[in-house]
Amino acid sequence: MATQTAAAHAITRRQSAPHGWLSEQTITTTLFLLPALAFLVVFIVWPILSSVELSFFEWNGLSANRTFVGLGNWSKLFGDGIFWRAFTNNIIIVVLSIAIQIPIAMALAVLLHRGGRKLQFFKVVYFFPLLMSTVAVGILFKYVYDLQFGVVTPLLETLGLKALSRDWLGDPNVALFSVIVVICWQFIPFYMVLFLAQLLNIPEDIHEAAMIDGATENQYFWRVELHLMRGIIATAITLSLIGSLKYFDLIWVMTEGGPSRSTELMATYMYKEAFASFHMGYGSTIATAMFIIVMIVALTALAIGQRPREA
Amino acid sequence: MKTTTSTSQRGGSNRLGGTLLLYALAIFWLLVAGLPFYFMVQSGFKAQFDLLTAPFWTLPTRWVFENYLTVLSGPFVRSLLNSVIVVSVSVALVLLVGSMASFVFARTHFRLNRPLFVLIVAGLVIPVHVTLIPVYILTTNLKLYDSLFALIGPYVAFSLPLAVFILTAFMREIPRELEEAARMDGASTALIFWRIILPLSWPGLATVGIYNAVTLWNEFVFAYVLTSSPASRTLPLAIWDYQGQYAANIPLIMAVLSLAAAPLILIYIVAQERVVGGMMAGALKG
Repeated sequence: MATQTAAAHAITRRQSAPHGWLSEQTITTTLFLLPALAFLVVFIVWPILSSVELSFFEWNGLSANRTFVGLGNWSKLFGDGIFWRAFTNNIIIVVLSIAIQIPIAMALAVLLHRGGRKLQFFKVVYFFPLLMSTVAVGILFKYVYDLQFGVVTPLLETLGLKALSRDWLGDPNVALFSVIVVICWQFIPFYMVLFLAQLLNIPEDIHEAAMIDGATENQYFWRVELHLMRGIIATAITLSLIGSLKYFDLIWVMTEGGPSRSTELMATYMYKEAFASFHMGYGSTIATAMFIIVMIVALTALAIGQRPREA
Repeated sequence: MKTTTSTSQRGGSNRLGGTLLLYALAIFWLLVAGLPFYFMVQSGFKAQFDLLTAPFWTLPTRWVFENYLTVLSGPFVRSLLNSVIVVSVSVALVLLVGSMASFVFARTHFRLNRPLFVLIVAGLVIPVHVTLIPVYILTTNLKLYDSLFALIGPYVAFSLPLAVFILTAFMREIPRELEEAARMDGASTALIFWRIILPLSWPGLATVGIYNAVTLWNEFVFAYVLTSSPASRTLPLAIWDYQGQYAANIPLIMAVLSLAAAPLILIYIVAQERVVGGMMAGALKG
């Protein structure tokens, strides 16, 4: 089926292709592509290559001479406990983000879908967190978590759970989880709207047919709606996966990777090495490693995502 | 009308219980999503001692406008203006440069079409950090460090992949007959782009514009690395600087946060569907 349409597509394409290239068209085409390519080459392609190159040097970013160290930075990276700690933290964020955000977002989407117009006001407010800049969210929650002036501690006290209270961002054992809660708070609305859009796309006939067949609302959700949402859930997981590996802003604002590296991420470690310690060479090595990891994950996700579609 | 009948039918026999549960859950999440905002906005109206003595959920005993006024008479306004300038210039460039490239990808056939398109779209997943050091060095060498110009290049470049992806898909849907008719009448490729393709791509351009405007409005890393003085700080960095300088003055910080969040929230309330649609652009097509 898929191959048939692809073939048909190829034929129409070939037919509609101009036989000879008018020079006016060729020139315009080139001129139309050039500006975009210039931006991409100068600010993305060349910098990536340059980072790879810098990863073989030792350089403080200021002096004229850089020292070639071969694979020195790379072997250092493989033995660098802090980098692996950061990598592990990235993975923890990936896993928990997906495990927490997607079910809650799905529940909220179903809630809003069932509620319809009645919950319009709720829907508007639910979206707010996504409109704030990550810096603002980070600073806001630093104060929300604050022991003296914050929101969390008095709430726990009111609920009689004072014993649970701790230094949310200062305790290395809980800091990462405190930050993950904020990440979820910020991004759940995104997945919620994504799922809601998909739910609204499911024709009402399907619902009516299921009800006539005697299905309950619960059965309808688990057997029909969820089934029809597999594609969008896969998209959400991929987006969350890639986003979490690149994470920086929120952690930098809330903890700068501390206390004692408990919230260090690849990106925060890279930033510190390059722009605080002026190890531009080693910073580039971390950045390049991060780039390679993200590309591998993205390509794998793409490969997995493509398979069921072709089958 | 149709939706209301079907929703009420859905309640079935235990309609009341279902409705109650629905509202209970809805209100619970309203608190989760809304309480931080409540804390933020009303703390901005409190005097410092008020925050120390009364719990956060009580309204200010005396409404203080000083915090908001202080912020509005400080470097905040300059940063707001900087953000408006950088975001509008960048988004305009993204739309122009991106739609020109998309036109080529959607409409012309040449050997590198597909590979180039894939390469550009791959830019969607590239972490900005891998470009940070070279872009910083480039910016310093060009003597653009600590100026608004420093931000425009990276902003446009990192916005282009999504713009090209969405606009190309959009332009492919425009009927070819229009273009062919114009060509018969002797219109040049540039004229066809400007007079036919661009106007018909309006909804796609709006989506791309909104998405990038919101993302760039909130951008942190490049602005953090490429600027340093208040004169060239954008809004997110102004927030960061205020927090560094007045960390102990919580009401003032909350006033800064409220004012910084206000523009987007106001625009959202006015044009909900458009903003939500724009924000989802990256995901729905991906």
